[in-house]
Amino acid sequence: MTSKEALAHHASSAETAPGIPPGAVRGARGRGAPDGAPSWRSRLYRWDTKASPYAFVTPFFVLFGVFTLVPLLYTVWYSLHDVQLSALDHQSWAGLDNYRNLLSSDFFWNALRNTFTIGVISTVPQLMAALWLAHMLNYRLRGSTVWRVVMLTPYATSVAAATLVFALLYSWDGGMVNWILHFFGVDAINWRESDWGSQFAVSTIVIWRWTGYNALIYLAAMQAIPADLYESAALDGANRRQQFWHVTIPQLRPTVLFTIVVSTIGATQLFGEPLLFGGVSGSKGGSEHQYQTLGLYMYDQGWIIGNLGKASAIAWSMFLILLIVAAVNLLLTRWLRRSDDHR
Amino acid sequence: MRTSIRRSRGTVAMVAAAALATGLLAGCASDSDDGSSDAGGGDGNGKITLTVGTFGVFGYKQAGLYDEYTKLHPDISIKENVTTRTDVYWPKVLTRLQAGSGTDDIQAIEVGNITEAVQTQAAKFVDIGKDADKSQWLDWKTAQATTADGRTIGLGVDIGPMAICYRKDLFEKAGLPTDRTKLAEQWKGDWSKYVDLGKQYMKKAPKGTKYVDSASSVYNASLGGSTERNYDKDGKVVWDKSKGVKDAWDAAMSVATSDMSAKLKQFDPTWDKGFANGSFASLACPAWMLGYIGEKAGDSGKGKWDVAAAPTASNWGGSFLGVPTASKHQKEAVALAKWLTAPEQQAKVFAKQASFPSTPSAYAGLKPQADTTAYFSNAPLTQIFSDSAKTIPAQPLGPKDKPIDTAISDIGILQVEQKGKTPAQGWEAASKEIKDVLGQ
Repeated sequence: MTSKEALAHHASSAETAPGIPPGAVRGARGRGAPDGAPSWRSRLYRWDTKASPYAFVTPFFVLFGVFTLVPLLYTVWYSLHDVQLSALDHQSWAGLDNYRNLLSSDFFWNALRNTFTIGVISTVPQLMAALWLAHMLNYRLRGSTVWRVVMLTPYATSVAAATLVFALLYSWDGGMVNWILHFFGVDAINWRESDWGSQFAVSTIVIWRWTGYNALIYLAAMQAIPADLYESAALDGANRRQQFWHVTIPQLRPTVLFTIVVSTIGATQLFGEPLLFGGVSGSKGGSEHQYQTLGLYMYDQGWIIGNLGKASAIAWSMFLILLIVAAVNLLLTRWLRRSDDHR
Repeated sequence: MRTSIRRSRGTVAMVAAAALATGLLAGCASDSDDGSSDAGGGDGNGKITLTVGTFGVFGYKQAGLYDEYTKLHPDISIKENVTTRTDVYWPKVLTRLQAGSGTDDIQAIEVGNITEAVQTQAAKFVDIGKDADKSQWLDWKTAQATTADGRTIGLGVDIGPMAICYRKDLFEKAGLPTDRTKLAEQWKGDWSKYVDLGKQYMKKAPKGTKYVDSASSVYNASLGGSTERNYDKDGKVVWDKSKGVKDAWDAAMSVATSDMSAKLKQFDPTWDKGFANGSFASLACPAWMLGYIGEKAGDSGKGKWDVAAAPTASNWGGSFLGVPTASKHQKEAVALAKWLTAPEQQAKVFAKQASFPSTPSAYAGLKPQADTTAYFSNAPLTQIFSDSAKTIPAQPLGPKDKPIDTAISDIGILQVEQKGKTPAQGWEAASKEIKDVLGQ
């Protein structure tokens, strides 16, 4: 019996007088007994149980269709045409020209490279720091709620506000970072224009904003780890560090994978931080495009230069890259699970 | 575009919020207004609401002009929809114009976008010049908003005649003349003379100060006074052969390769801080920038700043008001746009906001705010800017001026100024960028 049948069954039993076994009722009424068709009420009810779930999810799919699917398909159309922002109704077929154009564009490869490097230097330290923070918070602490709220504060801050502050901290003329470096005898670094400096600066904004968020996810997962695992580990003489490596980390594996996937997607689409960090012409990502990410390149092409066809092609290339990333993740997960089973 | 907006975990919050908030709200507002007037209005007296779409501060509300107009026309109320960033404002206007809905009754157009509007969107705008007295405006201003077949799609709002704003106290410490007429004479005729004075400044520069805020500022100022920018008269892209670009580039390079620049990027928070800290002694300033300087340099700068005539008459910025054909109240919107851009109203806005009128007949009675005058050492602001305004040369503009200018200043010049590249390398980088912009 499917669950739906069970539901209907249960419902019809409620209508009958007590004392009659449910099975008898079902036999008499539900399966086309000669003495009478099901009452309109029960028919309505069945129809209701079948249709209602669809009715409930419909608004989402309608909205999804109108605001996501149609525009999404429209970008495919755009990406195959030569479309200017100033002349949306004059579209001429370009075939794969926009994509070919991208593949031969230094700016595209540069943006791809930047997206990757910024992604790595922001995601890796961020997740490691989050893991460590969560581990610390997992112990009994005085005012643990306060600590947790504090950790989530950066996440709640708007990108604009955070980036503005960071841009000031990193300003090469009188910014606090250079001022501190000065004490250690390091020459002022032009954080926005130097290649590594700017990428580092952008990553710190990302790290600052997302570490707490990830730490809370880890913390939640850690608290689901049975305490007796730790107790037995302690009985075996494992210290906290050993407990972390041999109990916490293995138990956390699915969660870590989840955060890696989410962070990777976020990193691929990094946009707000570098845009605002760049100031007035932020979509260029610095004078040598040294921190222009794919998101910025797409924005620059679409809304600043007004070449919507090419921008759409970038959007789809990003989508493709994300699919590849997702596939790699899937394979990795499978592989991990298999190696778990072999233990 | 939207792929990223959907997925990036809220990092586009700001842009999305700006687009949504101003966009949707504006859209909703005008829709509901239209609805009510189409139905004859709930109150039956035909009261209509006109919406004015602007970017940044136009000063109409600040100068009380909307209230004044409503008093003159009790059946009209006015709502202003402001989008702060032009790079957000213009794409939005473009898409709405082409969709034929969601535009405001009056849309402001920045000078950097006017040629694109004239060349690609003219059919979507009312010919607002048809029965306006065009002689009120500076000829070149009206010409910028006029199509080849003579339709004028926007009325001139303000212009940006240029002067040099400088710190008297710092000039004095560096042993330069501080008198504004003497200075103006010294650099008259050529921006390179203004740069030359910078070498003299740097010899005895007060500690921690530079002569000028940025090389781009010099580029921009010099370019705004040339007769040729990035396009020739026939609309062909000639930026790499243009004399205007070359002179401006050379002047900017002599700044970028020297130590006289504070190496700031204009309109960055650090640039703002530079005013407050007094880290540079001068900059090219169009009239509308006076208010900005006053705000950022703060009270401590009062009376220390002065204004001298620029080496050449030059223009930076300015805008137009146009009425989209999508407006449901075209007649009323045109009337309001004409009133807002009339000389009397432009003078009122100047008094409040220092946006300089594009209507010469307003110049005689111009009075800046007493505060502003005092802030800039009682310099004869009206005189200086009017003189400049009257002699600004007409300059052919093109649809991609804005991205080309950005590529030269924020890629080419910045690489030389901040990354120590050679001028040739900077030029090369800018060329590459412009090729990308033009899709070559």
